[in-house]
Amino acid sequence: MSIDATDRKIIAATAGGLPMAAAPYAEVGGWLGLDEAEVIARMAAMQEAGIIRRVALAPNHYALGMVANGMSVWDVADDQALALGAKVGALDFVSHCYLRPRALPDWPYNLFAMLHGADRAEVEAKRAEVAALLGQACRGHDILYSTRILKKTGLRLTGEG
Amino acid sequence: MRRTRLPDGSLDTTDRAILNALQVGFPLTPRPFADAGEGLGVAEGDLIVRLTRLREIGAITRFGPFYDAEAMGGAFCLCAMDVPQARFEEVVTLVNALPEVAHNYERAHRLNMWFVLACEKPEGIGKAAARIERETGLKVLRFPKLHEFFIGFRVAA
Repeated sequence: MSIDATDRKIIAATAGGLPMAAAPYAEVGGWLGLDEAEVIARMAAMQEAGIIRRVALAPNHYALGMVANGMSVWDVADDQALALGAKVGALDFVSHCYLRPRALPDWPYNLFAMLHGADRAEVEAKRAEVAALLGQACRGHDILYSTRILKKTGLRLTGEG
Repeated sequence: MRRTRLPDGSLDTTDRAILNALQVGFPLTPRPFADAGEGLGVAEGDLIVRLTRLREIGAITRFGPFYDAEAMGGAFCLCAMDVPQARFEEVVTLVNALPEVAHNYERAHRLNMWFVLACEKPEGIGKAAARIERETGLKVLRFPKLHEFFIGFRVAA
């Protein structure tokens, strides 16, 4: 699916979230001069196409006590990386999971998984869980803890097609 | 965004049920709060009031559609650098000055600077990385996403 100018307007209007109103899609439509049914139909089509991953709330995991996280990285045999990566991503304590190219000789790891827990010890326990899941297919792993946020900006998006 | 745990007693059982249920999904229907509330035994108006408060106290970071950034157009790339400790602050300033640098983290590793480049077009990534290499004299390792896995992340509230 390719998105058109109207879809882009909906994206720009809702990228920051939905209004807390009984009929939020009608309200978004009101901002854009679209009727509610069209907003819902277009958002449903975008969800079907994967442009919208889901409509949901994102709990603040820090506020709920998951204050520790680490970027775990794994050197997984190429022929098993897709199947094993899918299993790692499905774990409920993994918030991001990607295959990326290695950068040899500096960097042997191809699977990246962000692990979350209540404290560092819990994150390390989750790391052991992932290591057990990967088994012999994993030749080495590491975990990188962040020590400082140096910059954080939201995703910028223009409403233009 | 709040980065610390909420004080004890901030959430009641209903708040927790709402947080657990709505992180999975929220309906695309004319009266979604009424529909979502039905399964939770929470009236439409009460659900709106509670979600508004949960957002105000920082229990929720986002509420609404989650867009796939790449599906909307644009290019992204995770990058890493091995920055000598003595030059760290100078390099932070140079790297952060590029508008293409969306976020940047210091991490405890030999590769101690990790940032994401976000550009309108794929060719922007290479240009931004080359500019950082030119300005810092340091190598920028690029780790573009080859495959993104479906995520089962759930926070138990």
